[in-house]
Amino acid sequence: MKELSLHILDIVQNSLGAKASLIEIDIEEDIKNDLLIIKIRDNGSGMDPDTIKKVMDPFFTTRTTRKVGLGIPLFAQAAQSCGGGLKIYSKKGKGTEIVASFTLSHIDRAPIGSMADTMVSLIAVWPNVDFVYKHSVGDRGFTLDTREIKKTLEDVPINNPMVIDWIKEFVNENLKEINGGA
Amino acid sequence: MPVIKSIEELKKIRDQAKDAINLRVDNDTKTRVVVGMGTCGIAAGARQVMLAILDELKKRNITNVIVTETGCIGLCQYEPLVDVIQPGQPKVTYVNMNPEKAREVVVKHIINNQVVDEYVVPNI
Repeated sequence: MKELSLHILDIVQNSLGAKASLIEIDIEEDIKNDLLIIKIRDNGSGMDPDTIKKVMDPFFTTRTTRKVGLGIPLFAQAAQSCGGGLKIYSKKGKGTEIVASFTLSHIDRAPIGSMADTMVSLIAVWPNVDFVYKHSVGDRGFTLDTREIKKTLEDVPINNPMVIDWIKEFVNENLKEINGGA
Repeated sequence: MPVIKSIEELKKIRDQAKDAINLRVDNDTKTRVVVGMGTCGIAAGARQVMLAILDELKKRNITNVIVTETGCIGLCQYEPLVDVIQPGQPKVTYVNMNPEKAREVVVKHIINNQVVDEYVVPNI
């Protein structure tokens, strides 16, 4: 994957497959400690301890269309090659949390890429799932919470094209702001 | 400091959208577009393909199309894959999509009902 935001999109597919109704994505760029932490947390079906052990294996998948399952192994490898790693916390019936850590300034670290594109392509297709995306750079940060957006929208669907455009700009402008730009 | 993309603006959009809301069309009369969003699809560029389709539909004001996604169907070498399912018609699977080809499919197939043969999955 060329961007970490694509890994995030991919891991979130697992959450959606686990029938999650709330998916939280946290990105923390900790400049002081030279750390990048990405957390993806869901309230989906979760996994039993046996399954958790197996998901790091690229030859394990629950799908039947093919014999490999590369989403988590690829994300883990990306983290490991940047002096970090990937941890999975999960409880059957409760949900799953995936935490990936990277050395922020590592030369092999892929760019985060377009989180606006990742969020928009999720929200447009999964209007009934709630997403909370938090992003911080040092002590500046912002939150996109689809539950709040839906409250404001009343009966207008969140995947209305005009709303989708607003979300995209909301994410892009906030990212510019917390990165000290504009 | 200017207020970023404020909630006020979102409210304005809400009111605009309310006025523009069309009568709900029955789901069986809607065309479905399915984008492959497995690891293979995403790595091959499915996100940009999906966004291009959404953008083209928005630009042309097409509201009777549902865009959804699916996981890997085992044709990873042909990703990004896009299925177009029109009511009463067999499913058409397009392979090796990119944003430009996807826009072409929206215009030719979804709007003008002409299957774009050259992008359809080869017989296997």
